[in-house]
This record gives sequence, C-alpha cells and structure tokens, in this order.
Amino acid sequence: MKENSALERLYNGIAKENPTFVLMLGMCPTLAVTTSAINGLGMGLTTAVVLALSNLIISLLRKVIPDKVRIPAFIVIIASFVTIVQLLLEGYLPDLNEALGVYIPLIVVNCIILGRAEAYAYTHGPVASLFDGIGMGLGFTVALTCIGMVRELLGSGKLFGFSVMPGSFTPILIFVLAPGAFFVLAMLTAIQNFVKIQGEKRGKDMSKIGSGCSHDCLHCMDGSCADNQNEAFLKSEEEKEEKDETEEKPKAVKSREAVKKQSRREEEQQEAEESMEFIDLDEEDE
Amino acid sequence: MDDLLKVSSNPHIRSKVNTMGIMFAVVLALLPAAGFGIYNFGIRALFIILVTVASTVFTEFLFGLYKKKQTIGDLSAVVTGLLLALNLPVSIPWWAAAMGGVFAILIVKCLFGGLGQNFMNPALAARCFLLISFPALMTNFTTDAYTGATPLAALKAGEEVNILDMVIGRTAGTIGETSLIAIVIGACILLLLGIIDLRIPGSYIVTFVLFLIFFGGHGINPAYLAAQLSGGGLMLGAFFMATDYVTRPITPKGQYLYGIVLGLLTGIFRVFGSNAEGVSYAIILGNLLVPLIEKITVPKAFGKGGGRYEK
Repeated sequence: MKENSALERLYNGIAKENPTFVLMLGMCPTLAVTTSAINGLGMGLTTAVVLALSNLIISLLRKVIPDKVRIPAFIVIIASFVTIVQLLLEGYLPDLNEALGVYIPLIVVNCIILGRAEAYAYTHGPVASLFDGIGMGLGFTVALTCIGMVRELLGSGKLFGFSVMPGSFTPILIFVLAPGAFFVLAMLTAIQNFVKIQGEKRGKDMSKIGSGCSHDCLHCMDGSCADNQNEAFLKSEEEKEEKDETEEKPKAVKSREAVKKQSRREEEQQEAEESMEFIDLDEEDE
Repeated sequence: MDDLLKVSSNPHIRSKVNTMGIMFAVVLALLPAAGFGIYNFGIRALFIILVTVASTVFTEFLFGLYKKKQTIGDLSAVVTGLLLALNLPVSIPWWAAAMGGVFAILIVKCLFGGLGQNFMNPALAARCFLLISFPALMTNFTTDAYTGATPLAALKAGEEVNILDMVIGRTAGTIGETSLIAIVIGACILLLLGIIDLRIPGSYIVTFVLFLIFFGGHGINPAYLAAQLSGGGLMLGAFFMATDYVTRPITPKGQYLYGIVLGLLTGIFRVFGSNAEGVSYAIILGNLLVPLIEKITVPKAFGKGGGRYEK
C-alpha cells in the first residue's frame, strides 16, 4: 500500500495502530463508557466524527496557524466540533447523550484527537488527514464496541440490549463495574498481542499487522510509525539516492554515509523526545 | 522461584525448609477450621471445599502445561483453594466457587508471574471478585441450620449476640470463619512450627481493639469487643491471610506497620462502612501498600547511620 494514501490511512487506524489496543490512547472514555455495546459504539462514532472533521480543518489551516499557539488553536477547532456534535446528540439521541454524560464534552481533551492533530494533521495534506481521522476514529469505534460487547455479555447477559444468554445465566456484575473495564481491556489487548506474536512465529511480516508500539520513541527503530512517517518517507528517498551513489563509487562514500546516518538518528531522537513531552502533557490534561 | 538470582554474600545458612513444607503446614493448620465448617454446615461444605481446591489446582496444572513448567507440586494452589473455600458461604453455587478458584490462580497469581510474584493474596482477591460479581450469592448465609444475619451484622444492627456460640462457631457465616477455637488451634500450629510470628497478627488485633475502644461507640465494653474479635473473618484473616509470605512486608518494622494499617482499615470498614465485614478489603488494600511500607522501613546496614563519627 502506498504510504499516506486513503486506504493505507484507514488500515493504519483500524488495525496497525489501533488507538486503543496498540497506541493505548484515550483510556479514560474507553474504560468509563463501555458498559454496553451500544454505549461503546456511540462514543466511538462521536469521537470518530470529531476526529475526522478536526483533522481535516487543522490540516487545511496548518499553514495559517502559528507554531507557538498551535495547541490552543487545535483545542478551539476541536471544541467547536464537540459542541456541534453534542447539540446534535442532545437533539436527536437524547438517551445516548444521557448515557455518555460528561464524556462527550471531554472529547475536547481526548488524547487521540490532540495526538493525531499534532502528529499527523499538522504536517500532512487535507485528504490524507481526513482519512487518517476516519481510520483512527473507526479503530477507536471497533475497540470500544468490542469491549462494550464483552462487558455487556458477561455483566448483564445482553448484546446491544437484547437478551442472548440462557435464563439460568447469572450476570457477573463486576464486568459492568469499573474493575471489569480493566479486565476486559487487558484481556482483549493480550489476545491481540497473542495473535500478533503467533503470526510472527509463522514468519509473517507483522509490521504490517501491528506495530507493537511501546511508546518508547527514543529507542524505537520503527520507521513506519506515524510519528516518524515523514522522516521515514524522506529516509527512503535518500536511501534511494544513496544507492545510486554507492553504485557509482562504492567504497569512498560509505564512511560519509555512516556519519550522515548517525547525525540523522540524533535528529530523530530529539524530535521523538519533543513529541514524548507533548504526549505527557496531554495525558495530564485528560 | 528457583530461577531467581539470589544475591548475598557468604556465609550462607542452609535450611531444609522449602515451599512445599510450609504450604503443607498451612494446609494442616487450616484443617481444624475446615473440619469444623463441615461439621457445622454439613456435607455441602466439603463439596464446596473440594470444588474450589480442584479448580485452583487444575488451573495451575493447565497454566503449567502452557508454560511447560509444572508448579502444582509446591501445594500453594491447594492452600489458595482451601483459603478461598473457607471464605465462601456454604450456599454458594458450585460454578461460582470454581470461577473464584480460576480467577485466583489464573488472573491474580499466574499472570503476574506465579508464586512469589503476585502482589495480592489470590484467595482474598478471588473472594472480593466474587463479592462484587455476585453480591446476592455471597451474602446469603441462610442454611438449614441457620436463618438470619451473621453475628457481625446483628451486632451492627444493635442486636444481642451469643458470645459463647461465636467462640465455638455455632453461628451463620462463611465456611471457615465461624469457629474462633478452630482457627486459634490452627494458628498455634503455625506459631509453634515457626512459620508465622505474632508481629502482624498481634499488631493487627491490638490496633483493631484500640480503634474500637476509641471509635466503636461502646467504649471499653468487653462483650462488644469479644464479639467483634471472634466474629467475621478477623481471626482467619489476621493469622492466615495477612501473614501470607508473598504479600506481606519483609522488614520487621514494616510488618508492625502493616498490621497497624490493617487494624485501622478493618476498624474503619466495620464501624463506619455500610457492610458489617471489612477484613478482606482491608487486607487487599494493605497488600497494595506493601511496596511503600517496605520502602520506608528498610533496615540500616550494620555500621551505617550511627551518627557518631559524622564530620
């Protein structure tokens, strides 16, 4: 798949860098509102709409927004969309609005939205950013719906509000309470990792199925990570050039290349550090 | 445990004590309480004990198959299963008891690295899991022999309780907690064998009594204090679960502090909480505080910190 194409972005958001199971972002709504499948679905779709639209607008305005005030600018854009979505929910889906409660306004400070704005939309074109938002949003939706389904099934014996378990089933209440959210999230993440590791053992290229990001950007060599995507793209271009060069004069260039590579690695590390700091701030906000 | 790197300088003391021996002694010490539970509640108590022990041992066996390292031989799963069963009401459905056993071993123990790595007492964590999941089943103490509330609930409601019945154990409650005598016999076995000492149970019970005198609302009322001490899971918790090697602090000072924390928490839960009982939550919370307690009670090395030769 071509990098930064619409399809690649969708796939990246839903599977490879799933915001919940792989990036572990936006845990607050994930744990709090997934008491039923319908709540998870509603929260996921609401976030997806805000995410896609704010990504698009931020990407369109990325040349206008001054670097120093980009976070307030992002927040203003995101908050506007959240307000629109909340008013729509109040008008058309009052039940869902009631169930999600304070977590709708809290979408404003959702890590995923701010993270995508900073890491992707601010540096990429509008079409790619829109699809990045849709992909991430759908990934979030899928994850929340899965967690909601498991919790609803075990905790109340229902699925999307319909009773599916036999009458003799006693609901395991803990799953609709707060501790159940942690259990289910951990178990689903573990299953996801298990599948990934099993696939790796069979020799598949797992970098395409799950990146297994450890959030340790300093020591991360994964060039395909969204944070490093731009660099990775440049890198591959340069490597091509280097290849051409090395073909011409094989030995003399090599040492120079090594030096170049090292300095680039250092630059990357610095950038990674900066983005790490940013992420930390976010989490405190949430 | 065997593959952990042990760093210490010589000389080393060799000891024949091993995990299996200790666990066997604990099982032995729990037998009086279990036996009295079976006598008191009938054959169904034995059935619940067998189901719980079977589920813990079988879970550990399956996990051992998966990890290709079998650890059921150290008997720790048997202890966990037995302790869990003693903490369940006799009327609990068998599948709930089995689910508790699986939760204790799989989630609380094995997933955190097996025996020695679990940060919570598995049996108590499973009890809390069941208590939150099935509140109606876990607080149904009505049996053929007993109807009505447990002594502690009656005490909280302001009713009179029969202390003699509570000491002998002829009351409603979980399988293993009712008889003070049986638990004390078991505790004496452990104390005599040197498997536990009185640091944690002693400071736990003393703190609890002091807390009741100050905040219990009855002052120094021997009948009330005796009922609080022999009722509920306090003795079982103090001697068998708070002293769990894995989840207690290792420093002597820390053990006193741990006992005090447990006594305070239990007192707060029993006096000010909405439930009559609070031992299991108190010990679980105490378990979570253990790393912090150990951190502030690290003993000074010999020759360090005397202060006499400071410049």
